Amino acid sequence: MHGTAATASLSSAFLPFQGFRGSLDSTFRLQWRKPKAHRTLITAQIELKPPPYSLNSLEPHMSREILEYHWGKHHRGYVENLNRQIVGTELDGMTLEDIIIASYNKGDFLPSFNNAAQVWNHEFFWESMKPGGGGKPSGDLLYLIERDFGSYEKFVEEFKSAALTQFGSGWAWLAYKANRLDVGNAVNPCPSEEDKKLVVVKSPNAVNPLVWDYSPLLTIDVWEHAYYLDYQNRRADYISVFMDKLVNWEAVSYRLEIAKSLAAGREREEERRRIEEDEDRMADSEAIEMYLDSESEDSETD
Amino acid sequence: MALRSVISRKTLGSLGLGFSHARGLQTFTLPDLPYDYSALEPAISVEIMRLHHQKHHQTYITNYNKALEQLEEAMAKGDSSAVVKLQAAIKFNGGGHINHSIFWKNLIPTSEGGGEPPHGALGWAIDTHFGSFEALVKKVNAEGAALQGSGWVWLGVDKESQKLVVETTANQDPLVTKGPNLVPLLGIDVWEHAYY
Repeated sequence: MHGTAATASLSSAFLPFQGFRGSLDSTFRLQWRKPKAHRTLITAQIELKPPPYSLNSLEPHMSREILEYHWGKHHRGYVENLNRQIVGTELDGMTLEDIIIASYNKGDFLPSFNNAAQVWNHEFFWESMKPGGGGKPSGDLLYLIERDFGSYEKFVEEFKSAALTQFGSGWAWLAYKANRLDVGNAVNPCPSEEDKKLVVVKSPNAVNPLVWDYSPLLTIDVWEHAYYLDYQNRRADYISVFMDKLVNWEAVSYRLEIAKSLAAGREREEERRRIEEDEDRMADSEAIEMYLDSESEDSETD
Repeated sequence: MALRSVISRKTLGSLGLGFSHARGLQTFTLPDLPYDYSALEPAISVEIMRLHHQKHHQTYITNYNKALEQLEEAMAKGDSSAVVKLQAAIKFNGGGHINHSIFWKNLIPTSEGGGEPPHGALGWAIDTHFGSFEALVKKVNAEGAALQGSGWVWLGVDKESQKLVVETTANQDPLVTKGPNLVPLLGIDVWEHAYY
């Protein structure tokens, strides 16, 4: 993800979600309409973004052939199927992240969820790798990894284990998790920077950490199509090569910075809202006191 | 049924499993294919058959045996959380073993009749419940293509209602997880490793 495009796509992952949460509470139902027959204007235009490198540049770790299938057939298929599914519906014209959150529907997936999430996941995956990748992270990212996992090696172990034990199809993730509960009136009495942590998580099929309100930082695709042509059943070898030779740590660091500033921004927003609510409440209680005062005046005259 | 034929006395005997007999724990071994690895070409390549059988199915069996051993220990110790935690591994790997054992038997080289439409009681039942064999094929294809992620497509029979059904299961869940009265007749592996 580059520059402002990344900021826009990540920020929209959060703000609209808050809006949806509010409206889902009040029995909002997503209208699932079939495309109108008379509409001639096709607007659904989720794009198939190519990886930020040529298909042969990850050789020999990830072959051109597998990328031709993986990007050219699988990823492309998800994009085309998604566009077909959403054209003319309410999801048409929404950003990809918004479509994902809406179709996730708190676990009761709408038909577009799989395609939408898989489009996002694959874009994120291509951008998690680079030619000449691998090595170790640095800076703030390394500091947080060492803080939250004990050491870089322990993080790698946990990440590899998650990728290996995700049974069937799915993904393994490094994500940034701000301390939030999905309950309206939950308040952390002693909030600290420590509450925001890096976590390794795994997810089945198309699910990704956006639906849990985490900020994904790094992913590895462990659907068999991601490695079968190169590694056959040897998923462990694929994962090791991914870690040693493919990971784009600069992208991961960049995503971390965005995640941190978004989390800080939300905290400020919540603090501001809490102060506003407190002020409103105080204003209400003053009104009651005035009412009592006037009552006592009446009794005096009596 | 399928399981019993897989763990025949002969297999156990040939591995000298006196040790596990004494402990009462049955271990499982990879059943032989009823045909050569190349016998299903060109429909399914020899490479895929070899990988699928010797790597994937073998791994399910190895991990199934390991999980059962750990389960036995956990039960002996009364470690309930370990017992419960092992259920997932048993379902994945045991399911993988059950399903693949059925799968190999469902296939046969064309020279021996593979691919020919069913006759007799099964043919009649298919016509009754789906209209025609072509309709069944269409339904199975549609279900298989629509399956997201990894899983199986099944033609099964509901013992109670005496009806044929087409069902899908996720990952390595056996057909019985979709209904206790369901018996698998034909299973199609739609994990990507089956056809990639």
